Amino acid sequence: METPFAITLPVGTSRANHTGSWRVERPVYLHRLPPCNNACPAGENIQGWLYHAEAGEYESAWRTLVEDNPLPAIMGRVCFHPCESACNRVQVDEAVGINAVERFLGDVALEKGWALPGPGPETGRRVLVVGSGPAGLSATYHLRRAGHAVTLVDGAAQLGGMMRYGIPAYRLPRVVLDGEIERILALGVQVRLDHRVEDVAAEREAGAYDAVFMAVGAQIGRRVSVPAGDSARIVDAVNFLHAVADEDPPLLGRRVVVYGGGDTAFDAARTAKRLGASDAVIVYRRNREKMPAHGEEFEQALGEGVTMRWLSTISSFEGERLVVEKMALNEGGFPEPTGEFEELDADALVLALGQDTDLSLVAEHPEISVEGGVVSVADNLMTGLAGVFAGGDATPADRTATVAVGHGKRAARGIDDYLAGRESVTAPKHELADFSKLNTWYYADAPRQRRPELERVRRQGTFDEVILGLTEQNALFEARRCMSCGNCFGCDNCFGVCPDNAVMKIADGEYEFNYDFCKGCGICVAECPCGAIEMVPERI
Amino acid sequence: MTRVPIRFYQVGSFAVGNRLLEDEDRTVQSDPQRTNSIDSGHRACQGCGEALGARYALDAAMRATNGQLAVVNATGCLEVFSTPYPETSWRIAWLHSLFGNAPAVATGVAAALRVKGRDVRVIGQAGDGGTVDIGFGALSGMFERNDDVLFICYDNEGYMNTGVQRSAATPPAARTATTDAVGPEPGNVFGQGKDLPRIAMAHDVGYVATATVADLHDLEAKVERAMSLRGARYLHILVPCPLGWGSASSDTINLARLAAESGIFPVFEAEHGVVTSVTPIRRRVRVEEYLKRQKRYAHLFGTQPRLEVIARLQALADANIARYGLVNDETTNATLED
Repeated sequence: METPFAITLPVGTSRANHTGSWRVERPVYLHRLPPCNNACPAGENIQGWLYHAEAGEYESAWRTLVEDNPLPAIMGRVCFHPCESACNRVQVDEAVGINAVERFLGDVALEKGWALPGPGPETGRRVLVVGSGPAGLSATYHLRRAGHAVTLVDGAAQLGGMMRYGIPAYRLPRVVLDGEIERILALGVQVRLDHRVEDVAAEREAGAYDAVFMAVGAQIGRRVSVPAGDSARIVDAVNFLHAVADEDPPLLGRRVVVYGGGDTAFDAARTAKRLGASDAVIVYRRNREKMPAHGEEFEQALGEGVTMRWLSTISSFEGERLVVEKMALNEGGFPEPTGEFEELDADALVLALGQDTDLSLVAEHPEISVEGGVVSVADNLMTGLAGVFAGGDATPADRTATVAVGHGKRAARGIDDYLAGRESVTAPKHELADFSKLNTWYYADAPRQRRPELERVRRQGTFDEVILGLTEQNALFEARRCMSCGNCFGCDNCFGVCPDNAVMKIADGEYEFNYDFCKGCGICVAECPCGAIEMVPERI
Repeated sequence: MTRVPIRFYQVGSFAVGNRLLEDEDRTVQSDPQRTNSIDSGHRACQGCGEALGARYALDAAMRATNGQLAVVNATGCLEVFSTPYPETSWRIAWLHSLFGNAPAVATGVAAALRVKGRDVRVIGQAGDGGTVDIGFGALSGMFERNDDVLFICYDNEGYMNTGVQRSAATPPAARTATTDAVGPEPGNVFGQGKDLPRIAMAHDVGYVATATVADLHDLEAKVERAMSLRGARYLHILVPCPLGWGSASSDTINLARLAAESGIFPVFEAEHGVVTSVTPIRRRVRVEEYLKRQKRYAHLFGTQPRLEVIARLQALADANIARYGLVNDETTNATLED
C-alpha cells in the first residue's frame, strides 16, 4: 500500500468512531403545549397561527385560526384574552398582544373576503341548533365542516345573540359581526329567525332532527325588589342594551345609575353616556377587588367619565331621589349593611345584577337535569336526553363569548361522535411549556405594540369603535414577539450549538439528531429557546 | 459601539439563525453547507466548549477565505481528541508540530506559502497552556515580527488534557490539581497569571479581540474582521470545560454567557493597542451566578461561604466593567427596520 513518508496506516476519518455509544441520555424533539393554547377557552392553536403570522403569511395564519374559531374579528374585539394572562412573555417584558393580532387577522380576512373552509361531504344527518350566539354559530360551523345539515333557529329578528343584543357597537361594530356570520351561512345553513323553540323534543321530532344543540344563552335580567315610586324609571340592562341594538333606545334622562359590578353594568353605563347622560354612576355593593368586571372594561369606562360608588346597595328609588346604603366588608369579605344612608339624584336606574336562562324548552323533560338555573351536561356537552346537547351561557361555565365558541366546537365534536355511534374521547394534552422550559436569552428585547384608542371626546356621543386596530407593521412585530413556547420555530440553535455536529439540518425548521455521534451532552436542550427538545434516558 | 442594530426576527440576532432571516443575516453555523472543520467522531468530552469554539472560528475563517486556509495546531486537548492516529476529525488543511512552537510553525507556513506565491491564509491555534505559557515566547516573536498569522487561543483556563493543572490563564480561587482548595487562600492565588489579550495589545498588533462560545454572531464577526486584515492578529475565545470546571455538560454555553454577563470575561476588540469596540453586558449578573455552577469554586460556597473571596472576584469583574465600559444605558430594543 502506498502511504506518505512516515505513515504506516492509511489516514481515516474520525467518523469511524461512533461516539453515540457514550450516551446515557438522548435528546428528542417534542411539542409542548404553549400556555396560551392551554388557556384559550375556544381551544385555539394560538402559537400555531402566530407562527404563520410572524412570516407575514396572514392567510395561512387565519386558516390555522379558523380551524378552531370561525369568529376571529369578533374575538379580537370582545375576548378577555386569558391567553395573554397565561403568556410566558409576561415574565420577560409584557404578554404578546395575541388579541390584537387576532383582530388584525380577522379584519384582513373580512377585507380580502377569504372564505371559510368548505363543508365536508354531506352525511345526510340533520342537526338543529337553537340560538345563534357565539356557541350556536361556532357549532353550526363545525357541524357543517363535518358534513351535517344544520338548521339554525333564533327567537330574535337577527342572528348573533348576545354579540348583537348584549355587546354595544362601540366594542363590536355590526359590520364585523355581520361579516363573520355571513361567512358561516355561506357554508349552507338553513336559518329560521323569530322562532322560539317551546319544547326541545317536540321540535326535534317535528323536524326529524338527529341531534339538537341548545345554545339559548342567558337573556333574562335578574331583578331585585327596590321600593320605588310610580314615576321611577327602572329598566334592566339586558333589555336596555337590546333596545339600543334595535336602535330604539329608551329615554333615561341625564342622570343614570347602574346597579351591579359585572361587564354588563359597564356596558350599560358606557352606553348611557353615549346616549347623552351627563352622569353615569355605577353602584356596586362590594369593592374593586371583588368586582367581577374585567379590568380593561373598568379602565375604559372611568376614562369616559363613568363614576363608581363602591360598597353601596340601593334601598329605594322615589321620584328623583335614589337612596343608597353604605356597606362594609366583614371578615369573610362579604358586604354588610352599616345603617348609613345617602341620597343620589337620578333620572333612571338600570339593573345589571346578572342574567338567568330561559329553560322553558326543557321544562317537560325531567331527564335533562337543571341545577342552579343551568343545564347539566357531560364532557361532550350532551344532556341527560340522548342526542340533545347544550352549551354556552345555558350551561355551568364562565359566561363569555370565547367560552361559548369553545362549547360550540366541543358540542359539534360530541354530536359528530354521537351520530357516528362513537364514544367521545378527549385527546391527551401535551406537557405544558411553562417558563422554566424556556431559554429566554435568545429573545430580543421588544416592548409591546399598543393599539390606539379613540379619543375620549369622540366617544361621548357616538358608538364608534373605541379600540382601534394595529397597523400591519405593528401586527407583524407583535406576532414576532411570540416565543413559540414548546414548539420549534426554526432558529437553528440546536444545529449550531452541538459540539459533535450531531444535529442535521434538513430544511429551515426541520432537524434530525444523528445518534451515531450524539454524546448526550444536553447543550441543545439547554440552548433551545422554546423548550422543544427534551433529554430521555437511554435504555441500558 | 454596537455592531449592527438588532433586527427583530422573534429571536433577534441572538440565535444561530432563523427561518425568517435572509441568508446573509444568519451565522455561518446555520448553513447546512458549513465546512464542519472538525468532524463528528472526535473524542472530546461531552459538552466540550473547545470543540465548539474551534468549529465556530474555523468554519467562519473558511468562509471568509473561500476555503484557502491552513491551520497550525499546538499540542493540547484540541490536538489530542481530534487526531488519535490514524483517525482525524479535520476537514481542513491542518498541521501539528509541538506544544510550544505553534506560532513559529504558523509563521513558517505563512512564509512558505508567500514564497510559493499562493494566497492561502494561516491560522495558528492552541489552548491557553500552549498560548500563555508554553508557546508564549514564540507567540510574542510572531507578534513582534508582525507575521501574517491569526493566532487563536481557546481558553479553558487550565491544562485539562493532562488532568486539570493550573496554567497562567487559571483564574484566582479556582481549584485545579495543582492549586488545592485548602488553607487560608484556597485555590489559585490572586494577583498572578497573564492577561494575554492585553499583552497582545501591548505588542501593538493590528487586531486583538476576545469572544466566547455564547455569542456566535459576535465571534464570527470577529473572525471575519480578522481575516480581512493582514499581519499578526490575535483572537482569545473563552471555551468552558465541563471536566476541568466541574460543570454540567449541558451548561457550557450558559457558563460562557455568565462569564461575559458578570464582567468576569470582558468581550471587546482592539486595533493597534486601542480598544475599538466592546460587547456590552445585556443582563448583568453577580459573579456568584457564574461561580456557583462550577465545582472548581465549590469551596467558596456550602455551609461556610467564603464571602470575602467572592467579593474579591466580584471586584475583579467590576474592574473589567469599568475598564472596558461594559455596561451602557442605551436601550437595545429590537426594530423591524434595519
